[in-house]
Amino acid sequence: MVKTLSRRALVKGASALAAGGVLDMTLVKLAFGAPSGAGDFTFAYISDSHIQQIEGGKFVRNWDRGLKRAVAEANLLNPKPDFVMFGGDLAQLGKKEELDHGLDLLSPLRYDVKYVLGEHDYYLDLGEYWADKISKHYYSWDHKGVHFIVLNSIIVDEAWTNKWATPMERMLVMAGLDDPRGSPFMVGEKQRQWLAADLAKVPKSTPVVVFSHSPLQKIFKNWNFWTDDAEEVQALLKPFSKVTVIYGHVHQIQYNQIGAISFHSVMATAWPWPYPETYAQEGSLLPVMTVPMNRADPFHERDATGWQFVDVHTGNVALSYSLPDNSPRVVAYDEKLKRPRDLQYSERTIPPHMHY
Amino acid sequence: MRIFLAAALVALAAPAFTPARADEFTKADLELWRKEYMAAVDKGRGVFTDPKLGTNGVVCAQCHPNGSNIHPETYPKFQKQMGGVVPLWVMINWCIQNPLEGEKLAPDDPRMFAIQTYITHERRGVKLDPGKH
Ligand code: HEC
Ligand SMILES: [Fe+2]
Ligand SMILES: [Fe+2]
Repeated sequence: MVKTLSRRALVKGASALAAGGVLDMTLVKLAFGAPSGAGDFTFAYISDSHIQQIEGGKFVRNWDRGLKRAVAEANLLNPKPDFVMFGGDLAQLGKKEELDHGLDLLSPLRYDVKYVLGEHDYYLDLGEYWADKISKHYYSWDHKGVHFIVLNSIIVDEAWTNKWATPMERMLVMAGLDDPRGSPFMVGEKQRQWLAADLAKVPKSTPVVVFSHSPLQKIFKNWNFWTDDAEEVQALLKPFSKVTVIYGHVHQIQYNQIGAISFHSVMATAWPWPYPETYAQEGSLLPVMTVPMNRADPFHERDATGWQFVDVHTGNVALSYSLPDNSPRVVAYDEKLKRPRDLQYSERTIPPHMHY
Repeated sequence: MRIFLAAALVALAAPAFTPARADEFTKADLELWRKEYMAAVDKGRGVFTDPKLGTNGVVCAQCHPNGSNIHPETYPKFQKQMGGVVPLWVMINWCIQNPLEGEKLAPDDPRMFAIQTYITHERRGVKLDPGKH
């Protein structure tokens, strides 16, 4: 049985936030029946903050507030997470001012932060400032028996990258999710070779967790919920017995299982996106097991935004979504079904909030 | 007077590619109408992605890619927060004033019309279902 963070606990958390207290995560400590062992720990995941400069020192308030809230809440986690992942799209238009302001807002975090690069961080200067100030574009490390990998999954071919009159023109086109002049994301040959070499050193029984910005599976090409060489990357991961891919970019809850690979998306702190099926003109490949979120209500500014904490237990993960304006959700690996399952939400639908 | 009227009638009957009778039109007409319509849609897309529509640089398409999650076919409908049944343009103004931190548009503002043309185009084929949520 898996216990989840109850609504009351979350509300308690929220008032604890106001009172400068503690967000008690012992409530979400998960028990899968299996004994604890290697790979038992938690980390937090904050993503897609889209810090947007208006001019000078003025930034879009709404997006600032989302990130500030996630940071303040993550600081209250008890027990403390081992580290925090930032999942990409820290900036809206890749500007130094936006990245710097984003880093300022992240700086109160009392934990080690690791970063994934998003397209909004990349397409102005092709990740130069990011590499200088923030993080490598792709790397790996080991932590308590789990092998972690960060990929840069948002590159596109050179011809597209170089065809624009100015870097800002390229950035603006890529920043338009539905801009038909965009191009599909990929990991690319060079990184796939690096990944193969990196994985060659890892025993096949070691749990592997991969962080990417785009899904590493194909869901909806129009909005780049897509990685063009997803199958090639999956093939490199296939020999491993426990693999989890966690991705940002989609600003909504998605999960899937392909072979031994579990897929989970994370929420944005900035704004939610509709599910692809809501676009009437195109079909979508949203994984069938995903129970979509209800439609967002714009009258609640933080509806369908949030952050998450991740419980890694014997190498599989349970993702708890901390959603300021919604009931919390937990998507966890189910040992019996051999796939992620939404623990409470599977049957719940509110008629007026259905997608149609 | 009579002469003037006759001249006016001739002038009305004369335009370049309007055939003589009311129920006749050509392929060229259809193409022209289509082109005019698509130009209006493109103009709407322009407003929908215009960082100057509001005051904070945020654009509609940021949260509504391809105009999705806007269901123009469900209007007019009851909006709890508006306290009554509202037409589409009222809700468009709400999104201009809040996420975009902008000034609301008059219902007959050309930009308001342009936005409606674009978002309705992206929902083409979906059945009209006013009053639904
Ligand atoms: C911060 C994100 C955000 C931005 C920016 C935004 N909206 Fe919205 N809007 C929403 C959300 C969320 C909803 C609720 C969606 C739903 O009902 O499923 C919504 C709903 C709407 C609705 C009502 C839809 C319905 O089905 O009743 C309209 C109309 C609308 N938006 C128009 C616009 C227009 C036009 C713009 C640009 C001026 C805009 N929005 C900008 C988030 C946004
Ligand atoms: Fe994003
Ligand atoms: Fe992204």
